[in-house]
Amino acid sequence: MAGALADGTTTSVALTQAHLDRIAAVDGAVHAFLHVDAEGALAQAAASDERRSAGSPLHLLDGVPIAVKDVLVTEGLPTTCGSKILEGWIPPYDATVVARLKAAGLPILGKTNMDEFAMGSSTEHSAYGPTHNPWDLDRIPGGSGGGSAAAVASYEAPLALGTDTGGSIRQPGAVTGTVGVKPTYGGVSRYGLVALANSLDQVGPVTRTVLDSALLHELIGGHDPRDSTSADVPLPDLVGAARRGADGDLSGLKVGVIRELAGDGWQPGVMARFTESVDLLVGMGAEVVEVSCPTFVHALATYYLILPAEASSNLAKFDAMRYGLRVLPEGVASPSAEDVMRATRDAGFGDEVKRRIILGTYALSSGYYDAYYGQAQKVRTLITRDFEAAFAQADVLLSPTAPTTAFKLGEKLDDPLSMYLNDLATIPANLSGVPGISVPSGLADEDGLPAGIQILAPALADDRVYRVGAALEAALLDAWGGPLLDKAPDLEGTL
Amino acid sequence: MPEITRDEVAHLATLARIDLDDAELDHLAPQLSVILESVASISAVAGADVPPTSHPLPLTNVFRDDVVVPGLTAAQALSGAPEQEQQRFAVPRILGDEQ
Repeated sequence: MAGALADGTTTSVALTQAHLDRIAAVDGAVHAFLHVDAEGALAQAAASDERRSAGSPLHLLDGVPIAVKDVLVTEGLPTTCGSKILEGWIPPYDATVVARLKAAGLPILGKTNMDEFAMGSSTEHSAYGPTHNPWDLDRIPGGSGGGSAAAVASYEAPLALGTDTGGSIRQPGAVTGTVGVKPTYGGVSRYGLVALANSLDQVGPVTRTVLDSALLHELIGGHDPRDSTSADVPLPDLVGAARRGADGDLSGLKVGVIRELAGDGWQPGVMARFTESVDLLVGMGAEVVEVSCPTFVHALATYYLILPAEASSNLAKFDAMRYGLRVLPEGVASPSAEDVMRATRDAGFGDEVKRRIILGTYALSSGYYDAYYGQAQKVRTLITRDFEAAFAQADVLLSPTAPTTAFKLGEKLDDPLSMYLNDLATIPANLSGVPGISVPSGLADEDGLPAGIQILAPALADDRVYRVGAALEAALLDAWGGPLLDKAPDLEGTL
Repeated sequence: MPEITRDEVAHLATLARIDLDDAELDHLAPQLSVILESVASISAVAGADVPPTSHPLPLTNVFRDDVVVPGLTAAQALSGAPEQEQQRFAVPRILGDEQ
């Protein structure tokens, strides 16, 4: 699209309108968007076309429309985080990543659906109803960023932003056949991201190709003085790495397959596509070694102590006083602020959010702090040591992104533990802050649904995930005879 | 690993400032017990000699020069308030009967 804009084959207004038309045609069935800003997007597109015709220097993505996960604040556009407690809230400022999109001239199509406050693996915990997987509308699109992934997979948006706290970009990427990247922690500003868990959250790209992700990552990444957790180091050359990778030469590269994140209990079709991908990497000159990360089996438990602890503290700001919903308790003549807060939080938060707030309150409470939260922080150290040992043996690490393909909507809604297992392979990267990408690895034989392969690199070496991801993508495109998304159902024809 | 009781969930909900009705308590208590039982597995994984990690990056204080820059206007800051009065957030009474 950037090429077509540059050579004058199309205009930003035409591109943006085409995506708005597509949203109008299919989003009733997919429900990727919570809010569509047609007027704003077309105005931004017209401004981009004017800049281009005036010969101004433009960013490569200037004029290419994008969708933004509803957890990122947007000036003048509703931001709900998929929650009733923020229904109708219009932020008075932009998140840094949104400001960078606007400065580079990307029209913002709207805000995408998500699990409430990014808590979930299926986008069924949105207060505004679930998103449907474009490959099979009866199935989940992954979570919590299912809206962003489904928007890209259904051609409603060419690019999207997501956030990844335990896999919320990579896992939806895997089950929708899209590319999703979790950058190194601190590599992309978190200013204006409504925090779920500060030490785990990271903003990142959701796209159809690895190169698109690299372009978007370079645009949104880099130091931000407004974010105290932003790393003050230059970004590596991500776009260059993606372009080099697409040449298909991986000689001298060592890839480590993580023993603990593959094998028994994983869907056979997911494992088959994973093994094929590893073979393709070997065919391009990479050397494969098996690495062991024994503490990874405890990553899920560690995460589900640290995340609720941080989340329960973060969500304390939703107190019905300064913004968002205010509910007066029934039958109380002169309710106090605390009465109003309790009634509001009961009415405004969904089941999963309440579950995690209570769990976090428990983990942080007197008498349990050392046994749970303190212990989880120690295991986090061991997981990081496992990564260090593995990266001493290999340049990148590989695993399937998610243990299964997309499951049916409603199938795991009342079984939180089973739902949490979807993030088994993605969580270690969040606990240690290392970058990861999910690249589509093909369709599982059992159900014909997409699977993904996850490539992890050491912190700040994000260029490696792009190099290997682009090499694998190029080899798979050859094997498939075109993009995987070409094999997805024609939604307009089936609705 | 102690099982989390319905009364404990009710107490935690009070601490977290969430009103839960009886049906929610009946639903949540067993689910939280199962989750806690599952996460308790890490209690013996790391010994006393392992330092805790609270954050993937070393945290340092970030300073900037003490220069006045434009912030949100009062109208912007109040724009999402459920209720406002005289350019201030209007809140329900904050003191209980005993104060």
